[in-house]
Amino acid sequence: MSMENSKTSIFKKVLMALSGLFLLIFLLQHFIINFLSVINPDAFNDVSHFMGTNPLIQFIMQPILMLGVVLHLVMGVVIEQRNRAARPIKYAYNKPDKNSSWMSRNMIITGVMVILFLGLHFYDFWLPEIKTKFIDGDFSGKLAGAEGYRYFTELQHKFMSPVRIIIYCLAFVFLALHLLHGFQSAFQTVGLNHNKYTPTIKKIGNLYAVLIPLGFIFIAVFHFINASH
Amino acid sequence: MSTEKGLNITLKVWRQKNAQAKGQLDTYEMKDVSPNNSFLEMLDILNDDLINQGDNPVAFDHDCREGICGACSLHINGEPHGPGRNVTTCQLHMREFQDGETIYIEPFRAKAFPVIKDLIVDRSALDRIQHAGGYISVNTSGNTQDANAIPIEKENADKAFDAATCIGCGACVAACKNASASLFVSAKVSQFALLPQGQVEAKDRVLNMVKQAEAEGFGPCSNTGACEIECPKGISIENIARMNREFLSASLTK
Amino acid sequence: MSNLNSKIPAGSLKDKWTDYKNNIRLVNPANKRNIDVIVVGTGLAGGSAAATLAELGYNVKAFCYQDSPRRAHSIAAQGGINAAKNYQGDGDSTYRLFYDTIKGGDYRSREANVYRLAEVSANIIDQCVAQGVPFARDYGGLLDNRSFGGVLVSRTFYAKGQTGQQLLLGAYSAMNRQIAKGKIEMFNRHEMLDVVIIDGKARGIIARNLVTGEIQRHSAHAVVIASGGYGNVFFLSTNAMGSNATAAWKIHKKGAYFANPCYTQIHPTCIPVHGTQQSKLTLMSESLRNDGRIWVPKKLEDAKAVREGKLRPVDIKEEDRDYYLERRYPSFGNLVPRDVASRAAKERCDAGFGIVNNDTKEGVFLDFASAIQRYGKEQAHIKGIHNPSKEEIIALGEKVIESKYGNLFDMYTQITAENPYKTPMKIYPAVHYTMGGTWVDYNLMTTVPGLYSIGESNFSDHGANRLGASALMQGLADGYFVLPYTIGDYLADDIRTGKIPTNTPEFEEAEKGVKDTIHKLVNNKGKHSVDYFHKKLGLIMWNKVGMARTPEGLKEAITEIAALREEFWKDVRVPGDADELNQELEKAGRVADFLELGELFARDALERNESCGGHFREDFRTEDGEAKRDDENYTYVAAWEYTGKPSEAILHKEDLVFENVELKTRSYK
Repeated sequence: MSMENSKTSIFKKVLMALSGLFLLIFLLQHFIINFLSVINPDAFNDVSHFMGTNPLIQFIMQPILMLGVVLHLVMGVVIEQRNRAARPIKYAYNKPDKNSSWMSRNMIITGVMVILFLGLHFYDFWLPEIKTKFIDGDFSGKLAGAEGYRYFTELQHKFMSPVRIIIYCLAFVFLALHLLHGFQSAFQTVGLNHNKYTPTIKKIGNLYAVLIPLGFIFIAVFHFINASH
Repeated sequence: MSTEKGLNITLKVWRQKNAQAKGQLDTYEMKDVSPNNSFLEMLDILNDDLINQGDNPVAFDHDCREGICGACSLHINGEPHGPGRNVTTCQLHMREFQDGETIYIEPFRAKAFPVIKDLIVDRSALDRIQHAGGYISVNTSGNTQDANAIPIEKENADKAFDAATCIGCGACVAACKNASASLFVSAKVSQFALLPQGQVEAKDRVLNMVKQAEAEGFGPCSNTGACEIECPKGISIENIARMNREFLSASLTK
Repeated sequence: MSNLNSKIPAGSLKDKWTDYKNNIRLVNPANKRNIDVIVVGTGLAGGSAAATLAELGYNVKAFCYQDSPRRAHSIAAQGGINAAKNYQGDGDSTYRLFYDTIKGGDYRSREANVYRLAEVSANIIDQCVAQGVPFARDYGGLLDNRSFGGVLVSRTFYAKGQTGQQLLLGAYSAMNRQIAKGKIEMFNRHEMLDVVIIDGKARGIIARNLVTGEIQRHSAHAVVIASGGYGNVFFLSTNAMGSNATAAWKIHKKGAYFANPCYTQIHPTCIPVHGTQQSKLTLMSESLRNDGRIWVPKKLEDAKAVREGKLRPVDIKEEDRDYYLERRYPSFGNLVPRDVASRAAKERCDAGFGIVNNDTKEGVFLDFASAIQRYGKEQAHIKGIHNPSKEEIIALGEKVIESKYGNLFDMYTQITAENPYKTPMKIYPAVHYTMGGTWVDYNLMTTVPGLYSIGESNFSDHGANRLGASALMQGLADGYFVLPYTIGDYLADDIRTGKIPTNTPEFEEAEKGVKDTIHKLVNNKGKHSVDYFHKKLGLIMWNKVGMARTPEGLKEAITEIAALREEFWKDVRVPGDADELNQELEKAGRVADFLELGELFARDALERNESCGGHFREDFRTEDGEAKRDDENYTYVAAWEYTGKPSEAILHKEDLVFENVELKTRSYK
């Protein structure tokens, strides 16, 4: 491919779409593991420990994931700049809701909200993990003097704060809004639009966009209620 | 038909003397407008009044007044070509509006569509995209093969036709939050991509037309679908997906 | 008595064009690079000519008043394009297309031109398919055809109801290829305001940049006018708002003869006028007459009640309806040619049977109820529904009608707010096309050397009446396949001329004339807007030079138009300045020309003491009201020479010689 082609917005949008599709798969996997915490805390601990210590996951998949997030973010910002540059003078009177959904027009807002949440999320879970493992050098997955793995306990601990729960729930609402457009849009961008399949893709996308964030909210609320009792 | 009650309306019209001038929305009151008049006939009446008062009439693009030439534009009450679906501004009638309503009329807004005067914008960027590849390189000598030498599957022929009905009005650009010309470009790319005659130059065509659109300052596509809702010819964003496909596959080898 | 040389080549009809092409002079490719050609107008004729001339190697400068060549009014043609391909195997041939066109034109066109048109028609389809024009196809993937009024074969190629658009986009794409190569220099939003003649030859034009108001000089070795027809002289017509006769009229004033101005096509199926503020009439495709039945009430009181909204058309009993086309022309019925259908509608409305509640009570019904019944029963049979209910039949029938004419029905509803599936459409004839135009010889050259006229702007191929789906054919034939050959014969003399300078007295003078006119218009500061005069002219034309003409009416029209012209120059108000985008100034210039052309139009109609095709004189009709031609005295082309005023124009006659067809009375009974 020539450099010229990769400078186009289509190319950048395709990178957005591909990284987005990849993140969708990651999110599904994340959800399944988290959901284990509701139905089987032991299994949750085992899987969490595997994910946290397996070299393949840690040193190959995790960087890829990081790259995916960064790529999605950077492309999002670059494209947003181009979006804005294309109409320097705005309409004095505009009715965009007559022809498009709020979600489709405000991916940058919902996206920024999700990335802000990601900051909190990293502060809550990822940074302590890195500290424990790479600064303290503790790969045991156990708290000092405790029996089983620490992951479930830590999870419960985090979900004791009502403020955090509210922030988490709000963030997932933004994620849902982001996905309601993002899921189907990714398929469209990479050229997958066919009147035989597209209606199904849209249905699956809407289900995914609603159910997965709802599931995450459920998990958070579930642990909050459990922890406060 | 002509016995219906006339409408009293307030117009907020974008006035701008020329490309360099700063424009503003001016207010005009219209009395007793027949609901059977077309929207542009209503503007004709306004202009006649303005001329009779010694003012300058509102400049707006229009020509065929039957929805096919693509000259008329206008962003009416927040939508390109106004509230109607599958119609151009010239096919819009005053019966779509309420008595006492305020109607905002602005030019199509995009970096690639600079205002020339009042409601007239320069859409020559669309022409330049076509120059970059909106054709099949066949001489017009007539010495081609017989028209029926290559049968074309009806479904593809129909889809090519649907894409080819684009009138180049620029409503897709005007409606898009990013002022993207993707629907316009993809319509031409699709028309030729769906026909065997267009295959020979398909790769260069899509690459060149896409790059030209970007060079003109049209924005990226966010798949909001606003363009296909506002397109007076109902052209589907399925064509944008096809253009992206064509672009990606062409990029692999070019 | 005639100084007109049509330059029709000798030889048998079917070999003329081939032999001529074989012997015509050519310009070698290296020399073509040194020759400039100006093309004014970018519709089917101008667009295809510009592209082809550039492909051949000439340097082309193309001009259009629209913001893009793609918006020329050819784009609005709906129905289709004729070609003698005989893909349907129904006996079509070049000769048949030639014959139908000659007969359809009421024997007032040149045999040689029409034959050439029929001959190259097949190439057009090949060419367009190669360019990617998406014509309608059948399930086998081959091209589909439909039938049109006045003929007995299916030879019309189409792209739904947008054939003109698709063909124009084909020509536009061919232009784009040459623009990209730099072989066509495109001047959008430019209007030609005069032609420059040097040593008797057309050597350039004066154009106005419509955005900046700048007056420009452009030189060339030849000038091609492809600016369309002059239907807007009627104010209300199916033409685009900007369609104008200025280029054609300016060249007329500089020496090009104007031929047969009175031949006007009034299309029978348009949406009737709704009021005095109307700006434009909309055509409903002729194809509707395949399934629609045209009628008015038999009783005057019923017509009155319908107009007053007291009686619904569906409540008028079958025996109280007058299907006047079926009554008068049993063999062609609703599919008689356009001129015949239009006059019949006028006859009924004049007799008081019109059904539209407008000032003139002009309108008739186009009814699809019978077709809905017929198709509904057919569908019920196909679907195996026994004893279908009335509602079932109607629903099935409406579906068929929708699949055939859905977009036209939608368009009708949009404009009238009535549902044509449930109540008959209201239609009335409207000005649609002008067969007359600049006189040209076989080479498509006007009486000014180096000045060509192609497409609707010339007079050449349709005689006194044009058949449906033939305008697109002629435009593309002229532009793709005729002019590019014939112009070489003229330009062969110019290979050593070199660039034409624009700093000559001729350019100076032409530019001054243009600037003076503009100055006068802008500084006139009169009382009335341009439209005020245009509408007045339109009414005179429609009432006195329209579908049925009388010598008295025509004489009145001549006087009234001359008076109106005088009033215009005294009292027109053009706001704004000359050096800016000024749409009123553009209109003013065009209406000034229409005010001259209209008078010549009426004179021509007065001079032609017969009825033929688009020219119908009340005083020349048979006992049963049909057109009465006078072959003995009027088998000629009336070509007018300008001498300073329309009233002083000199008539030149080109006798039409028919060697291959026998002149018959056109009967569709």
